[in-house]
Amino acid sequence: MQPLDGNAIAGALYDAFGDEMTTTTGICEHCGATGPLAELRVYTRAPGIVARCPSCGNVVLVLVDARGTPRIHLALELLDGGETEGPRGRLQGSG
Amino acid sequence: MNWQFARVLELVEETPRCTSLILEPPDWPGHRAGQHVDVRLTAEDGYQAQRSYSIASGPEDAQLLLTIERLDDGEVSPYLVDELRPGDELELRGPVGGYFVWERSSGGPLLLIAGGSGVVPLRAMLRHHVATGSDAAVRLLYSARSLDEVLYRHELESLMSDHGIGVHVALTRAWPEDWGGHRGRISPELLGDVSWPPGEHPLIYICGPTGFVEDVAGQLVDAGNDPARIRTERFGPSGG
Repeated sequence: MQPLDGNAIAGALYDAFGDEMTTTTGICEHCGATGPLAELRVYTRAPGIVARCPSCGNVVLVLVDARGTPRIHLALELLDGGETEGPRGRLQGSG
Repeated sequence: MNWQFARVLELVEETPRCTSLILEPPDWPGHRAGQHVDVRLTAEDGYQAQRSYSIASGPEDAQLLLTIERLDDGEVSPYLVDELRPGDELELRGPVGGYFVWERSSGGPLLLIAGGSGVVPLRAMLRHHVATGSDAAVRLLYSARSLDEVLYRHELESLMSDHGIGVHVALTRAWPEDWGGHRGRISPELLGDVSWPPGEHPLIYICGPTGFVEDVAGQLVDAGNDPARIRTERFGPSGG
């Protein structure tokens, strides 16, 4: 199945983190690729939301709604929010 | 960010597969061109389905407009297109997203590239460009399967003739005999014809199905465009 990207889960990320997150820069803990969360490859048909690094393909974020409370598993280091400078080239894998 | 019930003012059939909803949310803080709303449907048994839809109206427009593509096996879009009537209420929240956004201050030259209904958020950017009198040079490259699937056709013609925006439509499956535009999928040659040279550092937004976006973004990077000037938004069959 073709993934979506992080733009599609802006609302769910807002629920989980309490802020607009798609422009926030993340660093993949698996491969070190750096880029905005909008560039993550996102699968929404799993139970919950699964996002993979576009460079190495490893799972870097899982969001599950546990009876109204968002549970987050993160394998990303998040830099300061509110990044509006645009994409960082390295997280733009070719899919 | 709270959920709210927006009143459906009007439905407009744009193409055989796409319908626009004109909505009146009671509490709307305004949006930036390219942002989304989340739409939520709740069944009688409490089951909920939620989707994110791009906003088609510009920030300066009086009314909030979404254009929905009906996906036959979708959970949400068939309801929005087939069942919703003026006067109904639709639960939504927004705006959400901040990455795939163009504002006048973002500047240009601006190349917008759409695959199918990926043109929806780009329409908001085009309207924002016109409404604010932005002096950025703007071109739109729009890939559609056939002419009757081209969204906002008359508006695009007017953007071209009245506002100097370069509009290029590529038809991939069927075209009229006298079709003067591009025939077939977007190619490096077509991108070379439509885009600015990479040395002019165009700002590029690509929105469409995942495979389309990967393909076009890859071609642009191969041609020497700076990946940091390319913003992408993907949707797919799970968007239903």
